[in-house]
Amino acid sequence: MTKELLPGLALQKVDERIMTLNVGPQHPGSGHMRIIVQIDGDFIVACDPDPGYVHRGEEKMAEYRNYITNIPHLERPVIHDSCNVLYPYVLGVEELLGIEVPERAKYIRVIASELNRCVYTMYWLAIYGIFLGHSTMFMWPAGDRELLIDLLEKMTGARVTHAHFVPGGVRNDLPPNFEDVCLRQVNYFEKRIKEYAAIFYDNPILIARTANTGVLSREDAIRLGTTGSVLRASGVDYDLRKKEPYDVYEELDFQTNVLKEGDSYARSKIPWLDMMESCRIIRHALQKMPKSGSVRVKLKPNPKGKGLNSVYKRVESGRGSLGCYIVSDGKPEPYRVKLSVPSFRNLIALPYLLKGEKLGNMPSVYWSLNYWPVEADR
Amino acid sequence: MSVIAPNFKFSEFVKAILDNAFWILLIFVLIGLPAVFLILFYIEMPVINGELLTPFLALTWLADPSRTLPILKAFMTTDLFKIAAFPGFGFAALIAAGTIFIERKMLAKLQLRVGPFYCGKFEGILQLMGDGLKLISKEIIIPAKADKPIFWAAPILFVATAAAFVALIPVAPGWVVADVDVGLLAVFAVIGFFPIITILSAWSSNSKYPFIGGIRALHQMVSFEIPLILSLLGVVILTGTLNLSEIVASQSNFPWIIFLPIGAIIFFITILAELERIPFDLPEAESEIVAGWLTEFSGMIYGLVQLGTYLKLYAFAALFVVLFLGGWTGPMIWPPFPEDIITNGIVLGPITAKIPGLPIFSQEMLNGVLWFVIKTMGVIFFILLPRGVFPRIRVDMLLSLGWYKLIGLAFVNIFIALGLLYAGVLGPGGIL
Repeated sequence: MTKELLPGLALQKVDERIMTLNVGPQHPGSGHMRIIVQIDGDFIVACDPDPGYVHRGEEKMAEYRNYITNIPHLERPVIHDSCNVLYPYVLGVEELLGIEVPERAKYIRVIASELNRCVYTMYWLAIYGIFLGHSTMFMWPAGDRELLIDLLEKMTGARVTHAHFVPGGVRNDLPPNFEDVCLRQVNYFEKRIKEYAAIFYDNPILIARTANTGVLSREDAIRLGTTGSVLRASGVDYDLRKKEPYDVYEELDFQTNVLKEGDSYARSKIPWLDMMESCRIIRHALQKMPKSGSVRVKLKPNPKGKGLNSVYKRVESGRGSLGCYIVSDGKPEPYRVKLSVPSFRNLIALPYLLKGEKLGNMPSVYWSLNYWPVEADR
Repeated sequence: MSVIAPNFKFSEFVKAILDNAFWILLIFVLIGLPAVFLILFYIEMPVINGELLTPFLALTWLADPSRTLPILKAFMTTDLFKIAAFPGFGFAALIAAGTIFIERKMLAKLQLRVGPFYCGKFEGILQLMGDGLKLISKEIIIPAKADKPIFWAAPILFVATAAAFVALIPVAPGWVVADVDVGLLAVFAVIGFFPIITILSAWSSNSKYPFIGGIRALHQMVSFEIPLILSLLGVVILTGTLNLSEIVASQSNFPWIIFLPIGAIIFFITILAELERIPFDLPEAESEIVAGWLTEFSGMIYGLVQLGTYLKLYAFAALFVVLFLGGWTGPMIWPPFPEDIITNGIVLGPITAKIPGLPIFSQEMLNGVLWFVIKTMGVIFFILLPRGVFPRIRVDMLLSLGWYKLIGLAFVNIFIALGLLYAGVLGPGGIL
């Protein structure tokens, strides 16, 4: 009698030379997941990522709550990037309910979403630094992140889980004098992240260690369905803010960063370059934003969708294209909410990249995929 | 009845104090006095005023502080003092504790944080003591399938080997625990023990991550020992001796780093690798193999390994100072002891006390120790600094660095030394 076993439990006949390592879930270099790695000496023969340790059933929970009460818990998968996680859901509900959003609210949303992208990327960068044994690169981003968290706290009232975007606009208007404070802090933030080049990105040891490791070619990147920074590091110019502009992104002046190499170094550099673009977007949006006006359309209590209807919206989050598919059947609760997350798409590339690499490259290749374990599990 | 201590009774408080005093006196009489006699028995007693000092006489002199100084001086020349306190273990442990404090605060300043702050009134200076107490109070967990005798022995051997290394370092003229003629060879022999202990501890824990870490440590130490030894040959060629004290004495005019900078750089890189410090901390690479060969250590076993690591760090930095920076040599900056006190004595209130035997240490010795500590701390600072600015490198990069680049450069260094020797510039019978 053969029984289907989980990947880690199955007894496999392997060569005597090969050692199986369970990297995670209790391992400083794994995150909330397990990577089953088979090594021959210092080389990785096979790799089997095993996510699912933090599955919380967000999608099922969404079917029991109405459109408004879904907001605080749908942002939980990535609390550092909570505005961007919520963005496609809010856009979808607005289309389902047929709501027109005020112009000022659109700008506030863009600013909040770009600030959040930077907050997420700084956290990601801190962990990337400590994965490579660079403790200063852990402390600096973790400290500089506070600048933007303070801004978001002024804006939304919460430090990480903002629940700021609602169907019909944003929850609150900006506090008085926010524009000046925001401009000052964002300028200082941009100055700080440019200093990271000297200590981290131009470091010869870092370049020697991560360049030409875990190379993902342009064709493979497209074939495996990767998104976001991983795709752009492989030479594909694909950014939803340019390709499918939502809210006011088409009126703002910015560019997408594309690198050709497709190795760990390029993958780690793209989010850092994106942060500078985010600073540009924030400055431009602060300039163009209407100085006064409504930020929220009043909704009826307990809004209902119009009949059997479905909508799919996607945005560019800190990790890549994040989609949300909402089906409504005319009740106050959605019939189905499906999150299509970039982390899981990027994780698919991991076994292909790690095969034949050295064990020492595992942390850098793994974390350069811009992967967030909690988001992949939802 | 007070609110702060509701069960406080003055009579019990007095009784507790008297109890404690009784037990302290009893323990002092039963253990302390025999211990003092034992120590006095082993000290070579000085002859003072034409009279040989006996332990009994010495004990009666304890009442007069000025007359205990000869005993103190006699004790300081014993091997026990040298091994346990000054040039040996105690001094090295003190510098190691200072190193840990400096490392934490310096790294914190580099990374825009405060570091240890609350323990101890001044800048968290007692944090290390707190950590030590915590480690002592922790349970020692040994893996079920570990080879227990070796697993227990490895940390102790590690500290013992590091202490043996420390014993070979001359700190001031005449102040060295083991002044052997083949000092440098003894250093190489001691360094050769570390990979064996590391692989023993890693293998005996019977766990995957320590095993990988141990293999990495073995690769790293073995491949960096060769450039380490080769880089020091230049100094040996120019001085013509292996005795570390004589190597220091040969640098009274100029340190060897001026003529052998390549050797100094190679030696510095290899000690970074031997000490498993960033960028060469592969055996303890956290994100790859948890804590490497230290993964299964817990409690004071881990504390012992850490103590050994920092003793080793001090010993390597001191070796760098001894071989390339001129050891204790340096301009005289220590103020002389006031002649006034030696001839006329100190006036303490109504009494004038003449104390024979002052000063305890000579001016040359104190000055030498001062220069030695300054230079050693400077080298330790540069050993600690890469931790803040470099990421970790990979095994293949490490091995190619050790086998291709450093060994080749070490030979260049040896040729430079030989050229200087045959040109008659330096070395035995040289111009300089």
